[in-house]
Amino acid sequence: MLEARSVSAGYGGRPAVDDITFSVAEGDLLGIVGPNGAGKTTLFRAILGLHPYSGTIRIFGSAGKELVPLIGYVPQRIWFEPNFPATVRDVVSMGLISEKKDRASEQLLRRAGYSRRRTPGAASEKMDEAMRLARVDHLARRRIGELSGGEQQRVFIAKALVKDPVLLILDEPVTGVDAETRGRFYDAVESINRDRGIATVWASHDLDAIRRHASQVGCMNCSLFFHGPKDAFFEDEEAIKTYTESSMQIHMHGHGAHNGDT
Amino acid sequence: MEILEYGFMQRALLSGVLVGVACSFMGSFLVLRRHSLFGDGIAHVAFGGVAVGLFAGVFPLWTAFGAAVGGALGLQKLRTWTGISGDSAVAVVLVSGLAVGVLLVSAAGGFSVDLFGFLFGSILLVGVGDTVIISAVSTGVIVTMLALRRQFLHIAFSEEQARVSGLNVAALDYLFMAMAAVTVVASMRLVGILLISALVVLPNVAAMSLGFGFARTVAASAAISAASVVAGVVLSFYLDLAPAGTIVVTALAVMGCVLAASRMR
Repeated sequence: MLEARSVSAGYGGRPAVDDITFSVAEGDLLGIVGPNGAGKTTLFRAILGLHPYSGTIRIFGSAGKELVPLIGYVPQRIWFEPNFPATVRDVVSMGLISEKKDRASEQLLRRAGYSRRRTPGAASEKMDEAMRLARVDHLARRRIGELSGGEQQRVFIAKALVKDPVLLILDEPVTGVDAETRGRFYDAVESINRDRGIATVWASHDLDAIRRHASQVGCMNCSLFFHGPKDAFFEDEEAIKTYTESSMQIHMHGHGAHNGDT
Repeated sequence: MEILEYGFMQRALLSGVLVGVACSFMGSFLVLRRHSLFGDGIAHVAFGGVAVGLFAGVFPLWTAFGAAVGGALGLQKLRTWTGISGDSAVAVVLVSGLAVGVLLVSAAGGFSVDLFGFLFGSILLVGVGDTVIISAVSTGVIVTMLALRRQFLHIAFSEEQARVSGLNVAALDYLFMAMAAVTVVASMRLVGILLISALVVLPNVAAMSLGFGFARTVAASAAISAASVVAGVVLSFYLDLAPAGTIVVTALAVMGCVLAASRMR
């Protein structure tokens, strides 16, 4: 359903993603690991049509941006005014904003031979269901700025889910969040992937969480040096060693650690 | 009420309330996007447009509309093209409009009464023709803003997320800027170029402190704006004060009370 072939991208001639090839099948939960500055965010932004790249990215066989509206995307952080006058429900409703465009994308999806699972009911029922899945239904009337970082990220998951996405992309969604909230977040992601069958690509520094929740692992540091089933990664000493060394190297050079990924 | 028997007062209240509501709607998105002084910048460009109209003997509201829309779209282009921050772009556009206006005024041999009306507002002098134009523009802006409120809210919340959702952010931005520009020009006759930001910013700062969700915040902002205009016009009539200043001082007082009440909750 998602296929990237020889994808390269960078900033002003400096490569951040170098010749990456991988694919995601229906129902996969692909954990992408790599140190800060490894290019994970750039790769995701290229998939979403937000960053120029060379190579080919196909979403359900389509190489254009037409199917991007069907992707649910949760970035590392969304910066907004602390007193932004939007309740959790207001934010989740933003996910339904491009219904017309979504329908056009869905037709394209159907022509490619795929179907999209739709949550039955009116918009308000869809929002209730998305908030329940992301475990934020009890926060519906609270303003988004009043919530903790972990709660806000779960709201953004609900916003991504409400449009019945065909693919979820989560870019280190719980960076800087306490361990307990992180655990609840990971559980929610896994149950959404398992129960709704939504393929998920998830970037994380948390190897332990990847071991517990992912089905596939991609390990990158500018280039992708491992892509395969989770068990194969954790049994592959060479891959673990390369990951650890690149993380140490980045850490020692203090590269990108202060400002998230590139 | 005796005051409502006067034709000039009916026109002032009708156009004032409509402009107040349009400014508060527009302001809610401008404040959220940290473009609070956008109204000021465009008003100064419109000042240049007014000066062009007075200099060339053309109805100044039309030249002001042209200059303001051109300035707003130019501002947006400047921001996206050069990557400079929103407030720097506003400053560039603001001084450009003002400089053109000052040059033309000096070339014409000084300030005229008409120009003072635009600078400081003359809500009680708004004629029937002005009322029709102002009401039509304000109503058009209010209806369009209501129709596209969810899209504009999404962009204000996160441009990147809006893009991923499939919204044409660039086109919506240009539309918003053009609407904001015509709203600013419509407000010029009422509160004047120098006080325009008051109707854009003050009701929204007050409404956002109430802790409501989006729909109720926008409604509260529109109510505060409309009430400030009505109270300001009525007070200025009975106390023989400048209407624009009275409207703004009333809005400031309301904002102060709302902020104080919010702090005490």
